[in-house]
Amino acid sequence: MASWLLARSRVFFSTHQPKNLPFLSPPFLNHTSSSSSVPSRKISPTLFCFSRHESTKADAQLELEHDVAEDDTNQAIDFPGGKVGFTSEMRFISESAQKRVPCYRVLDDNGELVKYSNYVQVSKEMGVKMYSDMVTLQTMDSIFYEVQRQGRISFYLTQMGEEAVNIASAAALAPDDIVLPQYREPGVLLWRGFTLQQFVHQCFGNTHDFGKGRQMPIHYGSNKHNYFTVSSPIATQLPQAVGAAYSLKMDGKSACAVTFCGDGGTSEGDFHAAMNFAAVMEAPVVFICRNNGWAISTPVEEQFRSDGIVVKGKAYGIWGIRVDGNDALAVYSAVHTAREIAIREKRPVLIEALTYRVGHHSTSDDSTKYRAIDEIEYWKMTRNPVSRFKRWVERNGWWSDKDELELRSSIRKQLMHAIQVAEKAQKPPLEDLFSDVYDILPSNLQEQEKLLRKTIEKHPKDYPSDVPL
Amino acid sequence: MSTKFGRLVSLVCKRGFSISTSVQKGASEQGVKSLNLCSAINQALQIALDSDPRSYVFGEDVSFGGVFRCTAGLADQFGKKRVFNTPLCEQGIVGFGIGLAAMGNRAIAEIQFADYIFPAFDQIVNEAAKFRYRSGNQFNCGGLTIRTPYGAVGHGGHYHSQSPEAFFCHVPGIKVVIPRSPRQAKGLLLSCIRDPNPIVFFEPKWLYRLAVEEVPEDDYMLPLSEAEVIREGSDITLVGWGAQLSIMKEACLDAEKEGISCELIDLKTLIPWDKETVEASVNKTGRLLVSHEAPITGGFGAEVSASIVERCFSRLEAPVARVCGLDTPFPLVFEPFYMPTKNKILDAIKSTVKY
Repeated sequence: MASWLLARSRVFFSTHQPKNLPFLSPPFLNHTSSSSSVPSRKISPTLFCFSRHESTKADAQLELEHDVAEDDTNQAIDFPGGKVGFTSEMRFISESAQKRVPCYRVLDDNGELVKYSNYVQVSKEMGVKMYSDMVTLQTMDSIFYEVQRQGRISFYLTQMGEEAVNIASAAALAPDDIVLPQYREPGVLLWRGFTLQQFVHQCFGNTHDFGKGRQMPIHYGSNKHNYFTVSSPIATQLPQAVGAAYSLKMDGKSACAVTFCGDGGTSEGDFHAAMNFAAVMEAPVVFICRNNGWAISTPVEEQFRSDGIVVKGKAYGIWGIRVDGNDALAVYSAVHTAREIAIREKRPVLIEALTYRVGHHSTSDDSTKYRAIDEIEYWKMTRNPVSRFKRWVERNGWWSDKDELELRSSIRKQLMHAIQVAEKAQKPPLEDLFSDVYDILPSNLQEQEKLLRKTIEKHPKDYPSDVPL
Repeated sequence: MSTKFGRLVSLVCKRGFSISTSVQKGASEQGVKSLNLCSAINQALQIALDSDPRSYVFGEDVSFGGVFRCTAGLADQFGKKRVFNTPLCEQGIVGFGIGLAAMGNRAIAEIQFADYIFPAFDQIVNEAAKFRYRSGNQFNCGGLTIRTPYGAVGHGGHYHSQSPEAFFCHVPGIKVVIPRSPRQAKGLLLSCIRDPNPIVFFEPKWLYRLAVEEVPEDDYMLPLSEAEVIREGSDITLVGWGAQLSIMKEACLDAEKEGISCELIDLKTLIPWDKETVEASVNKTGRLLVSHEAPITGGFGAEVSASIVERCFSRLEAPVARVCGLDTPFPLVFEPFYMPTKNKILDAIKSTVKY
């Protein structure tokens, strides 16, 4: 593994010299080496001065790299946390490097392997399952979307455009890795064996829904699949993932916690809390940020001014990588490796997957009101992660048109059947309104349940008839 | 000044606080030691860590013993992997604790002052409280206990004095527990830590050093959601919790001198609370007074009052009295004016009895 990692290792970066990592040799880390021998005063001060700084009277200079020259003498502040060298130059560190952090990819838009690419090999069985699950997810999304439009479920939210992040990240994990999802990652659950029928039951909120009909559609969760139940608040799962990871570490498990968020989620305090806690606690957690360009209607330019998300890890002392989220092989390789690093090194890793939300935010949203249709079409057609991966599996001789037809029609049939079953199933019983608030029913809830039942007897027409009493 | 003096007397009188009437199960007479509330908490944490290898104590400055010294010695005894500092970030502490608890551990988190719990409000309200319910009981974070010192100390001003319990009493899915004394603190905290539900445990910080009581040394637990009649009486029922009970007890003693017999109840658990004990008492006395340091409007006293009026309306002989903090931010110089002091309570007792 070390050999393929070597050539690309510069996209992993660390604020510290890595411990126990022989494959990360110094030349690949010169980007972050603060003791650069090149005196930075050779750089023209005006060249890198941003206009808003030009009027400042102080002879301040803006450093684009973090290589402010240290004074020659060995003087340093012996500061808590480590020695800090002195400099006589007043230079401000720029908000970002001259070049944006590059994006790791393995397949180009045509599904061809990029020359000299380094990636974790995917077997035929794995490749076919990855592709099949991406198609299943796609089909599930389009059918559920229609079912919602027909008014048969109250809400839905598609993964369109983000199938590769969903499925390839799941494929790279082990089943006992604990997943704390946001809400646009049901592909992970699908990969782990949650059945189409179980997805449908949840969306219909019937008696077979693990969540007992208490949450809106798409709030899946399954203990058996180590997939924590989705909650709507943004980024709250991130610090929780650190706690889960700490537990795995303390229990000596060879597993990590994996948590997802979107680009919008990185603005939440919980994102920053989680990154900082993960670094300080040395928790084996992999943060996967799906940077899909849009947080409902807010574009990334209005979300943050950093070079995306990957650079944020650096400030917290966390390794990070930017990956093409529409390249299933790149996502697979990055997550696979991040997982190994997290578990072996007992440290967090941040993955920024550049992708695009081709669908609307949810069924309550019309994204054409705030973004160009051309943009959506470009990502839907040219950068489609499913067709890109399809070309690769086809080229390998693993997939044919016949397989495609059979799979799509089979998934469709299974889903239509599952929907019929779910629609006929009973709603959860009334007692489920009161149970699970606590481990046992406290007296106030017992009292309220009694009172409610009396009211229902008195005014039965006020209440839905399909909820068993 | 007399009101403030009254408060000081009640607190300086260390032994005077022991008003616990219940005999704890498992408490052996030999193993009883005089402890202050801080040491009682420390002992509970020590027992929790010792009795379950999957229990953790963490929070800001916890490692060296905490700013109130409640966690003193624990890191040395159990190691820095089980008793540790966290970054200064309350939402991180609680979020981390939820994740730790959800993996089957006992996560005992400390929020340094209850005044600083609000950044963690979302994690408590939207996450911890709903964790079991929203998953259909597939997941829970019942191992989570959030300890946090609350209340007046005489010089804490806005941000070292607040009593924010009522915010949390509006949240189905968590429990809120407040002890009144060292013996109560140890037994209730151990119950909270071992209870399969997330709990916010408010510690009356004014009593950390001032309240001293005989505390059994062994491992014992006191029941949650059970109120306790700590002083019997026949003319009026007084309901309170935490540090305020010592003030209320002073008022009871003064009222007694004027021939008024007061029954004093410690609610201990605010949600889910023991209405039955309060109801039974009010059915006996016909009068109710509730007192807390938190601002009166929307305080938990309002809930106690409304519930008892619902249940005991025909038995009540006077309006329910509330003696609480004012509807101002908690003030520094004006603290003696803000507080629900002994004489404010005594006046309310008298006017309620004479109504």
